[in-house]
Amino acid sequence: MTTEAAAPPPEAGGAPQAGPTAEEFTRVQDSAEFAELRRSFRSFAFPLTVAFIVWYLLYVLLCSYAADFMGTRLFGNINVGLVLGLAQFATTFLIAWLYSRHAATKLDPKALAIKSRMEAGE
Amino acid sequence: MSSTLHLTTTAAGATEHQPLIITLFGLFVVATLIITVWAGRQTKSAADFYAGGRQFTGFQNGLAISGDYMSAASFLGIAGAIALFGYDGFLYSIGFLVAWLVALLLVAEPLRNSGRYTMGDVLAYRMRQRPVRTAAGTSTIVVSIFYLLAQMAGAGVLVSLLLGITSDGGKVAVVALVGVLMIVYVTIGGMKGTTWVQMIKAVLLIAGALLITVLVLVKFNFNVSELLGKAAENSGQGAKFLEPGMKYGKDSTTKLDFISLGLALVLGTAGLPHILIRFYTVPTAKAARKSVNWAIGIIGAFYLMTIALGFGAAALLGRADILASNKAGNTAAPLLAQEIGGGAGSTGGAVLLAVISAVAFATILAVVAGLTLASSSSFAHDLYVNVIRKGKATEKEEVRAARWSTVVIGAVAIGLGALARDLNVAGLVALAFAVAASANLPTILYSLFWKRFTTQGALWSIYGGLISAVGLVLFSPVVSGKPTSMFKDADFYWFPLENPGLISIPLGFLLGWLGTVLSKEKADARKFAELEVRSLTGTGAH
Repeated sequence: MTTEAAAPPPEAGGAPQAGPTAEEFTRVQDSAEFAELRRSFRSFAFPLTVAFIVWYLLYVLLCSYAADFMGTRLFGNINVGLVLGLAQFATTFLIAWLYSRHAATKLDPKALAIKSRMEAGE
Repeated sequence: MSSTLHLTTTAAGATEHQPLIITLFGLFVVATLIITVWAGRQTKSAADFYAGGRQFTGFQNGLAISGDYMSAASFLGIAGAIALFGYDGFLYSIGFLVAWLVALLLVAEPLRNSGRYTMGDVLAYRMRQRPVRTAAGTSTIVVSIFYLLAQMAGAGVLVSLLLGITSDGGKVAVVALVGVLMIVYVTIGGMKGTTWVQMIKAVLLIAGALLITVLVLVKFNFNVSELLGKAAENSGQGAKFLEPGMKYGKDSTTKLDFISLGLALVLGTAGLPHILIRFYTVPTAKAARKSVNWAIGIIGAFYLMTIALGFGAAALLGRADILASNKAGNTAAPLLAQEIGGGAGSTGGAVLLAVISAVAFATILAVVAGLTLASSSSFAHDLYVNVIRKGKATEKEEVRAARWSTVVIGAVAIGLGALARDLNVAGLVALAFAVAASANLPTILYSLFWKRFTTQGALWSIYGGLISAVGLVLFSPVVSGKPTSMFKDADFYWFPLENPGLISIPLGFLLGWLGTVLSKEKADARKFAELEVRSLTGTGAH
């Protein structure tokens, strides 16, 4: 079998292998350990997503409706708009770093523990 | 973004540098073809063809993602827009970059964990396969073809500009050449070959941009404020040049249009099929995360450099010269390269112009290859194998089907690209982002995170987002009614905005929700359990 119809298929070219059953997935989904992983992911990623979208839209709105404010000079020829634009770059890098750190320390170990147990067939 | 790839006249003195530009470009083509043949020898299974054997590292894939994402127009278009409109040109870059956080936080890892080859794999996971895969395949192909068309037409115009080829036959030949090369890359090299092409192109593009940026900054002793001051003064606009408003601040319609564009840019990226399939080329979700982080770093650095390029062009070139060469400013970067190398007629100027032009060609070629791969993968895997053959094709048949779809899609792109060569197809890339954000992103997010999401919700969301986005553009000034329209002589527009995102994106999300709550069938809780556990833990990931 090389294509997936309804059931999850084995990796192409490999011998068909018995993966975890639907019951096992449901059992894991209901487990406290998985709930903790899900909570740890969602409570970090979802608010952060809302925050950067709001921050970006705020910037877009300021550009559209507060051009004078954006044109306020801060030093030399550098104005508020330029600083806020560069701040968007900076927050993007910062959020990427924060998320990756959270994922590496909080999510990866939990995910790996569940995965190894499920794949070992326990 | 090729939104402004509408070029009119030839770059000053481009024709005399033809041999050098062609030699450099030829070197790129020969090198990439050798790699393609090498990659083709190792491309046997479906996982090889669609996902490059999942053997790439996070860094390699990050580079390739950057190569896929930074189109000729990010380079030429944004630099040109900054050179002409100052601050407003820079707004694109920000949306394009911030968008990657959606991919990083919500999409890349779950997608890598739960899918195999296409976006459709994830969308159809919990749903009735055939209707959802048909929908996913349709929207993938529509998004990719629009994007492809803009790039192909852009290639013809760019080449006419940089090489001085202005005859119709010459432009068609260029479009055909680009098309044939992309077909060769994808059919022979599959994902592995295409990924290497993207990586090489990304390195060339970054190196080219870095070189010009450093040379510009040296001229101003690394004093950015002085560079900006000179740009503002030289633009004839004064301080206004450094403030938002020159392009989008005209009236309330252009302001709304800008918000619409901003929304499409930030939400579209994580729904672009040619970006999504890149996450399958790495072995694990962790590597997918790493690749997005690298991409954010590389793309961010690149867009920061376009600021120096754009304002540098405004400061060092005359506004009249930029406009005379191309009304949309697309030649500002090559012209700046020429100027910074010693000016027209100097050897340094000629060499830098040739280098930057060759980089721009390489850029177009790599992006079209990525798009062609995305659409042929989806055609073969979603539509042919899982819908037409109901999942009963052998692996050999599937790879063969994927190769043939590449030829067909490539041929269609050449045909449409040749026909569209004189149309202003600028709006098509923004449309591709809007469709991706309206049709693909809602369904991806609902599928991954909403337990109750049903087949009907998925179909309403995909088709509703697709039809509303395409429909609104059809009746917008992008297509008719304005001198800058695709069909200037026709006039059937009533939708005032050039970008449909403001309406179609919320509509896509709304329809996904409405379709779900109104559906008679309940979501399959067991399939959701499986998808959720797989997507978060990577259990049984391919």
